[in-house]
Amino acid sequence: MLAKRIIPCLDVRNGKVTKGVQFLNNVDVGDPVAMARYYYEQGADEIVFYDITASNERRGIMLEVVRAVAREIFIPFSVGGGLRTVEDMRATLLAGAEKVSIDSGAVRNPRIIAEGARAFGSQCIVLSMQVKRRPASAEFPSGCEVVIDGGRTPTGRDAFNWAREGEALGAGELCINSIDQDGAKSGYDLEITRMIADGVGIPVIASGGAGEPRHLLEGFTAGGADAAIVASIVHYGEYPIPALKRYLRAHGVEVRDAPEMERSAN
Amino acid sequence: MIAIVDYRAGNLTSVASALGHLGHRSEITDRPEAIRTADRVILPGVGAAGATMENLRNLGLDRVLRDDVIGAGKPFLGICIGIQVLFERSEEDAAGCLGIIPGRVVRFPHAVDGRPLKAPQIGWNRVRQTRPHPLFAGVPDNSHFYFVNSYYPVPVDPAVTIATSDHGVVFTAAIARGNVMATQFHLEKSGPMGLRMLDNFCRTDF
Repeated sequence: MLAKRIIPCLDVRNGKVTKGVQFLNNVDVGDPVAMARYYYEQGADEIVFYDITASNERRGIMLEVVRAVAREIFIPFSVGGGLRTVEDMRATLLAGAEKVSIDSGAVRNPRIIAEGARAFGSQCIVLSMQVKRRPASAEFPSGCEVVIDGGRTPTGRDAFNWAREGEALGAGELCINSIDQDGAKSGYDLEITRMIADGVGIPVIASGGAGEPRHLLEGFTAGGADAAIVASIVHYGEYPIPALKRYLRAHGVEVRDAPEMERSAN
Repeated sequence: MIAIVDYRAGNLTSVASALGHLGHRSEITDRPEAIRTADRVILPGVGAAGATMENLRNLGLDRVLRDDVIGAGKPFLGICIGIQVLFERSEEDAAGCLGIIPGRVVRFPHAVDGRPLKAPQIGWNRVRQTRPHPLFAGVPDNSHFYFVNSYYPVPVDPAVTIATSDHGVVFTAAIARGNVMATQFHLEKSGPMGLRMLDNFCRTDF
């Protein structure tokens, strides 16, 4: 049986981690490579980097970050933000990322999902979708609309239908990011996560809203998620990853054991 | 020197990074001569069986691997698609493979006991060591490793299986026969336990 995955998310702008991380004494908290290594050693099952660099000219910086991370951590990591073309994906994967995450770019140009899956395999393509609650209607039967540009732009697409379409186009995983819950620390949107998890045959990642350990437990049980994105719950040191895993294991959730780290065999 | 076989697909740099981290020299190469003269050979990768075999044949590397590496007794490690192409045939693309290990490669069922089964399995699964092997030195039984696969090998001779995993069905997750070793899981993405097994492959006389 697959273990449920805990995936810390690091927002990176111009090569620096933007969310303040306040608990580390010996780690440059602004350095994405140092932060990735820290979470790797803590037993993170995967890491996601979200590039929020505004200007296109500075995007090359992110590829340097990806190369450096790939030399230091030996678990999968994905990169999202600003990927618009198959060439953007190729550069990111060749730099050492295991997966690419596409979001607004896929809504604007759904073919990129199929093109990416054909070029690199579905397992490389994570379709990330920002969803916002709407009254259930003929237009939004799932009660959620897909939004883009950080939630500013509505798309008129129903979240469940977009998830199914993304799977059909070749996405290997779906990340469901609730705009309503994001930052609220009141838990993932369990209803839409569950609806999509039950409706597709690919792994579903819950995102947005984790503030306490029980939110992860609910995401994996009531929400039916295969993996959970965590941000502030781990970034501020309140709940380190080993504590989250102990809690989940005590509640009967299969999680990966976090083995003692060996720096090197030498 | 460890040769990492470049067949124009897959994530080759991550294996090289892991070996470098462990202090082993490696070269990503498609040159038959470099592969013939290497001390050990790793065939890694993510990809489809049909495309992988086509690329190996076009590069002339199918014969090199069969005759000059595996046939010559050189330690060989296949990872992910690198375990699948060792068998005779794969259901994926109905591909004819290297035929070094008798058996075939099949897809996970779409449902088990009426419940849908997700494929590919993407994530960390437990690996049960079904017989002792030097690759597992220092690796606790039932450790988690990182898998990305829709297909899995079914050896004719169950004795080649050294580990199994369970994704709705119990399947062969690692094999060994003499100088030939292979894992369905990604050693280069499986954290410290994966690094340990890679290091064991690089250090042990097989």
